[in-house]
Amino acid sequence: MWDYSEKVQDHFFNPRNAGAVTGANATGDVGSLNCGDALRLTLKVNPDSEIIEEAGFQTFGCGSAIASSSALTEIIKGMTLDAALKVSNQDIADYLDGLPPEKMHCSVMGREALQAAVANYRGVEWKDDHEEGALICKCFAVDAVLIEETIRANKLKTVEDVANYTKAGGGCASCHESIEEILARVLAEQGETFDPAATAIPNVESAPETLVAGATGMTNLQRIRRIERVIESIRPRLQMDKGDVELVDVLGDCVYVNMTGACTGCQMASMTLGGIQQRLIEELGQFIKVLPATEMPRAASGG
Amino acid sequence: MEGIYLDNNATTRVDPAVVEAMLPYFSEQFGNPSSMHEFGNQVGFAIKQARQQVQALLGAAFDSEIIFTSCGTESDSTAILSALKAQPERNEIITTVVEHPAVLSLCEHLEKDGYKVHYLRVDAKGRLDLEEYRALLSDRVAVVSVMWANNESGTLFPVLEMAELAHAAGVMFHTDAVQAVGKIPMDLKSSRIDMLSLSGHKLHAPKGIGVLYLRRGVRYRPLLRGGHQERGRRAGTENAPAIVALGKAAEQALGYMEYENTFVAALRDRLEQGILKQVPHAFVNGDPDNRLPNTSNIAFEFIEGEAILLLLNKLGIAASSGSACTSGSLEPSHVMRAMNIPYTAAHGSMRFSLSRYNTRDEIERVIAAVPPIIAQLRRLSPYWGEGGPVEEPEKAFAPAYA
Repeated sequence: MWDYSEKVQDHFFNPRNAGAVTGANATGDVGSLNCGDALRLTLKVNPDSEIIEEAGFQTFGCGSAIASSSALTEIIKGMTLDAALKVSNQDIADYLDGLPPEKMHCSVMGREALQAAVANYRGVEWKDDHEEGALICKCFAVDAVLIEETIRANKLKTVEDVANYTKAGGGCASCHESIEEILARVLAEQGETFDPAATAIPNVESAPETLVAGATGMTNLQRIRRIERVIESIRPRLQMDKGDVELVDVLGDCVYVNMTGACTGCQMASMTLGGIQQRLIEELGQFIKVLPATEMPRAASGG
Repeated sequence: MEGIYLDNNATTRVDPAVVEAMLPYFSEQFGNPSSMHEFGNQVGFAIKQARQQVQALLGAAFDSEIIFTSCGTESDSTAILSALKAQPERNEIITTVVEHPAVLSLCEHLEKDGYKVHYLRVDAKGRLDLEEYRALLSDRVAVVSVMWANNESGTLFPVLEMAELAHAAGVMFHTDAVQAVGKIPMDLKSSRIDMLSLSGHKLHAPKGIGVLYLRRGVRYRPLLRGGHQERGRRAGTENAPAIVALGKAAEQALGYMEYENTFVAALRDRLEQGILKQVPHAFVNGDPDNRLPNTSNIAFEFIEGEAILLLLNKLGIAASSGSACTSGSLEPSHVMRAMNIPYTAAHGSMRFSLSRYNTRDEIERVIAAVPPIIAQLRRLSPYWGEGGPVEEPEKAFAPAYA
């Protein structure tokens, strides 16, 4: 049996706002029948204020799909359309005190139904850009499509790369075989061969108890880009002192950088590192360690 | 109120007499059956007796044809891999699309190693096309592995005939009979079945014990090598308490065989009819004329199985579903898909699997409990209108893929 929170159970056993709203002027139908989850959201929107006066759902789906639908209607009632559009799937999951990783797509479906309904109200065509594949990493709820696209976009070569970019495989490690298969397939398409011997074992971090989508709400990729931006913004100051810094790698909490130019061997280097670290901690809102690249763990030799 | 357990194809309760039989083998009878001393010797005798009890249930010619393993999955893997190892010149396998993952996943894995696997398809009632099968048999095929009874629909495959055909073509035949053993009578010595897998916990023995039946004379390569246990065909110290338990359970299953096929079958029919009479837009999956006596699989259209299970569970009723959401994958049961059951019905398929412990009273309570649950969930369904499905449901609600 799934580990459903009390909130999920409550919204499943006593769904709020079930059924179609009479006199609805917005409808959003989303879902996928082969996945067994589909949702129709109907809204009654006040044409003057654009406030959602009533919301109702009809759901073909599992317990968490019904609970997510119910939660969604509760969240958006009384909101303006613009405010409602800011509701994320994470908001829905949070409202329910979390969902099991396999069930996060239920909350995604809720958000998409909302977007579809608003598009319907405004008379524009809603295009779904979301594609969902087989769930590969259960620790961080990463599916095959995302892994494939990330491998292609970033020319990833190893399981470790995949874990760094998508988080997939960074938990219990039981999906490494599947990730290797995806790598082999994508690399073969590009005329390359996957070399398992080159695969360093990813930095495994402990998986979150339930998926509250990482405390930061950022994907690894977003996080790395943010780190990059912070470091870019620091560089001009160092360059004025004829020094420089470059980002080498990010492994978990550790950010590895190379201090170059006048910074090399400078007694202030460690202080500078401390300064960069402080900036990063403030910008990302999470603990970060900044270390010289010389302290990077050696790429594990083989297995 | 005691719960009502209708999920016996998932696992069964260990019979109290079985528990009693196995308990001494944890304490006073703790010896290693391989040891020379008296402690071991007694255990050795108990295992011999268990082997004969299983032999009797299967109708095997010799007790040495019974190899104790750790589970049904191990038996399946051992059988298929043995056939491949023993006949390296053959690199094809014939199986079906509706096998248990114990066979399917192994076959998919073997495909990556270069083996050619033929998956026999099924029709809407879950039946095989024997002509298709016959045409695939050749001297390139190392083994045929076909389940005796399907775990989800209960549909029986004609394994006796299929084994004859395989034998005539000189091909080894294995059957995963995990769901069938103990529920339908068997007489392997008069069949052409070469290998058969069974699992203790499906017939009121504990989990962690299985059997591979290996016909005398069939070429064999062990999966686990090591000590001389099981005549060197499955190394590893015997799980003596579980083996003794399985022996007792086999003896009991033989005794209850007629009860299973009359009383339990009648309860199953009563349950099915009782539900179908009250619930519209529901139908039986599989082949009702040719299935296990204890299994009923009913598709409830326009709703999803996990939701049904959760509501049944609240009333203390345990069943299982072929829906995607209960399996942890995003696809509905491969068995329902193979039978071409529409998605709107496949996701709402419920399996009720009974045992000799179920009573008439329990079945009546389930018959009363199901219809309101179905109605409650249909009220939430976008396919359901006032008192019935909306007109042309697939057109009225055609969601954007999300």
